[in-house]
Amino acid sequence: MRTDNPQRTLKWAVHLSVACLVALWIFPTLGLFVSSFRTVDQIGTSGWWAAMFPSEQNLVVRTAKPETQLKIGDLYVIEGELFAADKDVTLLAWGTSSKAIDSYVAGEVGALRKGGTIQVDAGGRYRMQNTQPFSGSRGQRVFATVTVPPEFTLANYQKVLFDKNNVEGMAQAFIATMTVTIPATIIPILIAAFAAYALAWMNFPGRALLVAAIVGLLVVPLQLALIPLLKLHMNIGIGKGYLGVWLAHTGFGLPLAIYLLRNYMASLPKDIIENARVDGATEFQIFMRIILPLSFPALASFAIFQFLWTWNDLLVAKVFLIDSSGQTVVMTAKIVDMLGSRGGNWEILATSAFVSIAVPLLMFFTLQKYLVRGLLAGSVK
Amino acid sequence: MHPAIQGIFTIVIGVSVCGAYFYASNWVLDNAIFPAKGVKAGRNINRANMLRPWLFLLPALLALSIYLVYPGFESLFLSLTERLPGNRYSWVGLDNYRKMLVDPKFGEALFNNLLWLLIVPALSTAFGLMAAQLTDRISWGNAAKSIVFMPMAISFVGASVIWKLVYDMRPAGQEQIGVLNAIYVWLTESDPQTWLTQIPWNGFLLMVVLIWIQTGFAMVILSAALRGIPEETVEAAIVDGANPFQIFFRIKVPQIMPTILVVWTTITVTVLKVFDIVYAMTNGQWETQVLANYMFDKLFRANDWGVGSAAAMIIMLLVTPILFLNIRNARREME
Repeated sequence: MRTDNPQRTLKWAVHLSVACLVALWIFPTLGLFVSSFRTVDQIGTSGWWAAMFPSEQNLVVRTAKPETQLKIGDLYVIEGELFAADKDVTLLAWGTSSKAIDSYVAGEVGALRKGGTIQVDAGGRYRMQNTQPFSGSRGQRVFATVTVPPEFTLANYQKVLFDKNNVEGMAQAFIATMTVTIPATIIPILIAAFAAYALAWMNFPGRALLVAAIVGLLVVPLQLALIPLLKLHMNIGIGKGYLGVWLAHTGFGLPLAIYLLRNYMASLPKDIIENARVDGATEFQIFMRIILPLSFPALASFAIFQFLWTWNDLLVAKVFLIDSSGQTVVMTAKIVDMLGSRGGNWEILATSAFVSIAVPLLMFFTLQKYLVRGLLAGSVK
Repeated sequence: MHPAIQGIFTIVIGVSVCGAYFYASNWVLDNAIFPAKGVKAGRNINRANMLRPWLFLLPALLALSIYLVYPGFESLFLSLTERLPGNRYSWVGLDNYRKMLVDPKFGEALFNNLLWLLIVPALSTAFGLMAAQLTDRISWGNAAKSIVFMPMAISFVGASVIWKLVYDMRPAGQEQIGVLNAIYVWLTESDPQTWLTQIPWNGFLLMVVLIWIQTGFAMVILSAALRGIPEETVEAAIVDGANPFQIFFRIKVPQIMPTILVVWTTITVTVLKVFDIVYAMTNGQWETQVLANYMFDKLFRANDWGVGSAAAMIIMLLVTPILFLNIRNARREME
């Protein structure tokens, strides 16, 4: 018993600390996610964490116009709903004067300034009655204190993705990002796979040196390559455009690709390859028929890395891709521009950012296994 | 032609050219140059096998040389020259470096980078180690790991937007929509702050973003290392009456020290290259400049290729010790 208690306390402490950690890590992202489903007014007037709960609001609404009054017996009556039918609000207090906006609670009967009475129930249904006809051209003003349930909208996404008149829309940038990413992911794989096979399973002088060079190139900052390559691209006529950015991403992704694939291929059982060699298979056949299919997990790992890296990249796109035509702006670059120019418009910023984050997140949650495996194989031990 | 279609074409062409190259070059080697038949069959096979690795390596080596090796030397050259109108360059020796050293913005960037280097890898590794150890002990640990790991998938730009919302400021009296100010105002009952302009706190607030991203990476690697620790060592410690903290700090941590070092250096390299976060959140204003952003600024805003390349060389210089450390480790592992 004496040893059991601290044990249990420790267990609770562990659960609690992990819960705190998780909360801390998810909270910022959740904030952006929730904000992207709120209207401008909501974002501007309350924190996103308040969006989960019903909020109290003060509204000013009008009853129906006097011309809609009915004569029932001796009384003139106007009836109706203060709030639109699709709004699920609850009336807490109300009043008919701006000086006393909460003089009555729901269900009470209040006196009207020009004679007669008005009664409003919790759902917003009202009944005005008077022995004299109601006059004037406008309805009675009612100040209502209501609780509004959490309300979310898809309008931001509609605007950011599908509104053709919105010059700041993300649709085009989304396609541009796709166009950069997919070739830049696929092209390096084959080149790297062949090289990795040679480095893993062929004997030749200088092999160890080459592997060391690849390991070295892994950490070379690509900042070093920006100007010389831009110069090169300009000189040989590629200029700024998709071809340039594909080539650049291919070059920058190769060290990791070769390193990952080589490590994986080197760990494949030796027997398979030697048996195949004895059976007279050529190296090309061994590679295509045995090594490549067996290396699928490593290929998948690298593909995910390269996809995430190119999708999330800002620097390479800014240097090699974005030209004066304005047609080649990737999402990350667009979002950074918006951060500068419309720092306060959170509904647009949050939604745009989430459009760009959504694809990697989806990929992350479905293919996490490969990502973890790649990380473990790819970090230099 | 729409770029997307162009992209599909590029994939098809790229992949088929690659495939065709490998297939054809092997075929030529085996059938035309060194046919494995006739009197010289044996010698031919040996010769073909000596050449073949280079056929496999050629495209990769070519791409690496053009896209990483050559630019390194070219940058060195550019950092020692001044660009003149008409695509000409004049040799200026170390003038660019001298110019850079007296630029207060460079000093600021270097100082900030050193702070980043001290703080970000340390905290990311510490948090990652903590997360790895704690989540390994509970039933819902894997779900928790996923959440901590998730920021790895988010772009630096996306993360900047996420955290800018956290740091947002509304004028005093209004409801705060940024969490940090909401908590600050609630706790201290003073006026909200524009956090990103508060020197020196703003630098740390930017670091938080990278720590938030990198902790997941550290956690994944360290968690695998922790699982690889032989059970016996832990059991022996329990028998000897060690408490959980002693087991963790005296038994487990020393055994995974090499992995901790790997995580540390990997994050260090990431820190040295960090550009997007600073560019997106403050663009180096309010004394938050770092080297990578300083370099970008020189290259593309000031159009000063000399100083920009010199800054890139400084980043390279700072990475170099890690480069050699990695090579040494990799070689040791291969043996």
